[in-house]
Amino acid sequence: MYERHILICAGTGCISSGTISVKDALENELKKHNLQDKVRIILSGCHGFCEKGPIFIVYPEDIFYCEVQAEDVPELVEEYLIKGNVVERLLYKDPTTDMAITSHDEIPFYSRQKRQVLRNCGVIDPESIDEYIIRGGYVGLENALKMDRMGIINEVKSSGLRGRGGAGFPTGMKWEFAYRSPGDKKYVVCNADEGDPGAFMDRSVLEGDPHAVLEGLIIAGLAIGSDEAYIYVRAEYPLAIQRLKTAITQAEEYGVLGENILNSGANFKINIKEGAGAFVCGEETALLASIEGERGMPRPRPPFPAVKGLWEKPTCINNVETLANIPLILRKGAAWYSTVGTESSKGTKIFALTGKVNNTGLCEVPMGISLREIVFDIGGGIRDGKKYKAVQIGGPSGGCIPEDLLDLPVDFDSLTAAGAMMGSGGMVVMDEDTCMVDLARYFLSFTQSESCGKCTPCREGTKRMLEILQRITKGKGEPEDIPRLEQLAAAVKDSSLCGLGQTAPNPVLTTLRYFRDEYEAHIFDRRCPAGVCKELLSYYIDSELCTGCRACVRVCPTDAISGERKEPHTIDETKCISCGACFDRCRFDAVKTK
Amino acid sequence: MISLTINGQKVEVEPGTTILQAAEKLGVFIPSFCYDPDLTLVGACRMCVVEVERARNLIASCCTPAGEGMVVHTDTERVHEARRANLNLLLANHPLDCLTCEKTGNCRLQDYCYLYGISETDFSGERKDYGFDDSNPFFIRDMNKCILCGLCVRTCHEINGVGAVGFMNRGFDTKVSAAFDDPLEDSPCVFCGMCVDVCPVGALVPKQSVGKGRPWELATVKTVCPYCGTGCGLELSVKDNEIVGVKGDTSSPVNRGQTCVKGRFGLGFLQSPERLTSPLIRKNGELVESSWEEALNLVAQKLRRTRSTELAGLASARATNEENYLFQKLLRTLGTNNIDHCARL
Ligand SMILES: Cc1cc2nc3c(=O)[nH]c(=O)nc-3n(C[C@H](O)[C@H](O)[C@H](O)COP(=O)(O)O)c2cc1C
Ligand code: SF4
Ligand code: SF4
Ligand code: SF4
Ligand code: FES
Repeated sequence: MYERHILICAGTGCISSGTISVKDALENELKKHNLQDKVRIILSGCHGFCEKGPIFIVYPEDIFYCEVQAEDVPELVEEYLIKGNVVERLLYKDPTTDMAITSHDEIPFYSRQKRQVLRNCGVIDPESIDEYIIRGGYVGLENALKMDRMGIINEVKSSGLRGRGGAGFPTGMKWEFAYRSPGDKKYVVCNADEGDPGAFMDRSVLEGDPHAVLEGLIIAGLAIGSDEAYIYVRAEYPLAIQRLKTAITQAEEYGVLGENILNSGANFKINIKEGAGAFVCGEETALLASIEGERGMPRPRPPFPAVKGLWEKPTCINNVETLANIPLILRKGAAWYSTVGTESSKGTKIFALTGKVNNTGLCEVPMGISLREIVFDIGGGIRDGKKYKAVQIGGPSGGCIPEDLLDLPVDFDSLTAAGAMMGSGGMVVMDEDTCMVDLARYFLSFTQSESCGKCTPCREGTKRMLEILQRITKGKGEPEDIPRLEQLAAAVKDSSLCGLGQTAPNPVLTTLRYFRDEYEAHIFDRRCPAGVCKELLSYYIDSELCTGCRACVRVCPTDAISGERKEPHTIDETKCISCGACFDRCRFDAVKTK
Repeated sequence: MISLTINGQKVEVEPGTTILQAAEKLGVFIPSFCYDPDLTLVGACRMCVVEVERARNLIASCCTPAGEGMVVHTDTERVHEARRANLNLLLANHPLDCLTCEKTGNCRLQDYCYLYGISETDFSGERKDYGFDDSNPFFIRDMNKCILCGLCVRTCHEINGVGAVGFMNRGFDTKVSAAFDDPLEDSPCVFCGMCVDVCPVGALVPKQSVGKGRPWELATVKTVCPYCGTGCGLELSVKDNEIVGVKGDTSSPVNRGQTCVKGRFGLGFLQSPERLTSPLIRKNGELVESSWEEALNLVAQKLRRTRSTELAGLASARATNEENYLFQKLLRTLGTNNIDHCARL
């Protein structure tokens, strides 16, 4: 009997901040103290709080240590495991009160969440099917096997589940289309491409609870009458791929996958297809082309994949998170499931919270929660006491939401109405130091380089929008640039072939809608209100602080700085090109911007 | 049958008909670059977009099947706005050297800019800057003029089956190229030239036509390829009794516009000063021009004197099937079965 279990997070984030050496150190220390039979080490899936990794939780007491490094391990074993003294310096500290918190449930980052889909992530050993089963795994599948196809579909329909891959299409309805589509062979595809920069919920689910996705896939297969699935996962997710492979082998051994599943006569095979990691390959028709070995370019719809998908067979494509919801619905029922969420958006949604908030990481919240609660309660507010400016939701296809919409309930429809979108759930929080024109420029540079190049509006239009934004941030904007951007954005949105082009203008349109004054300041006053756009800053030297050390004189590429040694220097504005070299160089903070 | 309304007019079409085809049936014009009914429909250029009531976005009419009760508008301000933006964007990334471009007068980009009154682009900025590919003797590839409609790529894959060209890179850097961006000469290209025919702009130009005349100066002559017995139909562009261009004849039931390298690019011999235009008879060791009558008499005379066991016939692969049939008939009547054909050599 083990007296204690120690969970060390082995998600990609924590592994890169040192999980493996912590685990090795712990094994050594336990042996040294002859505790290896009393304490069991479990490498768990992601806890979502990667910023504070590696995360190290001791059960049964539930003591939450964070940012643990190998050198901390002897102290943890000696002081805590042996002597029972909590090692305070490794506890989480509330950024606002600076109070140390011992238990993981009391940390505001976790206490406001509703971890349904992530229920197993960080709790079970993702490489053990037994642990998944103990937590209710594969019960949903057993239930589904007792139902007929329409029975399963109706259950999913009445749960109100909508696709988590971006568009929010009702999952049950999608299944019904694929089910009703005639075909001797049908496919189910799991979209694990996860191309939004900053989003990593799908990776965390695959790494932390791979069986939940497999179970969802098998149930989808039963519902539409398919015996074969593909999981399209980017090759940059090696750990997720490895965990999936392990899980598939285990599921086959346990008879929940493969031939004659649980003696029901149903067969199901799951293939893994590694993608090369192009954003556009997350678009369903491009994804199918990529599985078929073609260049990943979207195809026109109709025909929809449900009618003509993979190798022209009826195909149902669902996102990882969507599928991970399915076992819950089939285990606990649609009625239970639909108690969480809003009228039109049921259940929870996982967001990847990043940017200028105190707590960053993955958080799972009920649909309909306000943005304010996510940013200020879960996220712990803005870093360094700065002011909130906006949050970009939905990645490069989404839009930004300003302060006066902070009480917006987060669900599919209200986000779309605000000009943003749920997307895959990326959420980047920006403070007063963010320039919104520069932000739009950043996202456009992403969509332009990820455009597949097939259709004219997206390929050429994103390029020209990007060039206009670059020009504005360099202080070369022209008054006609705003209407030009608006016209172009409308045409690209209206006439592009796929979702990438149709949504690429969103960051431009929302920043223009909510922060037009910033564009105008750049263009008409040649000023960047957030002080970000280098070329728009003007530099001067504070004569009180300047020591006359001449360091800046030596770095200025245009000889704009003059002054006698040991006397305050001055910058000739007519010569200054705003490169910022003097600013970076001055050791006395005497170079100022205005 | 499916019935829909286009610009207020009702039309009935077979299921599976596209909106564009339904519009054609009504005589409603919709511009297009990437559309070709013989190839996969890709919906890439977005020139053919139309407004369909209750649809969120504009719809590409070339690849969208007509739906029952659909209400379509092909000429609204919203549609024109999108088409103008599209042309504007294409022009911003296209050399404007129409004065010397081979395609002038036969270029769809030019035609549509004329139609929508686009004389110059609104956008400054980067343009493609690729080198020419004139590695082969037959045609020039100027990818700076390419509008990426993909017709050449699909023709090469789907009609020819060679697949010598495809797309490389993404976004603004997307380009049609042979594998590894090698010159076409080093690719599996067989220079059938079918891609040249489908290119709507001046990106693919046959060398034989360069500087030889504007489309409106050329007469079109339909003929049958002289090279082999298949008998492909060709359309020659002729100026001052000189062939300055060859295309496959799409109305020919034999090849429906397809060609091989010989028929397309190999007709230069017609204008060669060394071409034989009358029979030659060897007299005193010298080949001397003669009339057909004299030559045929000579052949007949010699045949009469030859025993059938000493006789053999060699036919030409350039003759038609019918001619070769008659030839073997003739030789068999003369008592020999020894007949062969130059295509074996
Ligand atoms: C440019 C683009 C990228 C996309 N990337 C993803 C992705 O990475 N993962 C995903 O699940 N869906 C992505 N989608 C949405 C898919 O096309 C598709 O709608 C989704 O996988 C359907 O699953 P769902 O109904 O479960 O949401 C993307 C769509 C577009 C237009
Ligand atoms: S919208 Fe962009 S990504 Fe989509 S097909 Fe067109 S070029 Fe490709
Ligand atoms: S000439 Fe023929 S083979 Fe060569 S690229 Fe064009 S279509 Fe393909
Ligand atoms: S070369 Fe011509 S046919 Fe080929 S993609 Fe470019 S424009 Fe189209
Ligand atoms: S002609 Fe329809 S998209 Fe090109």
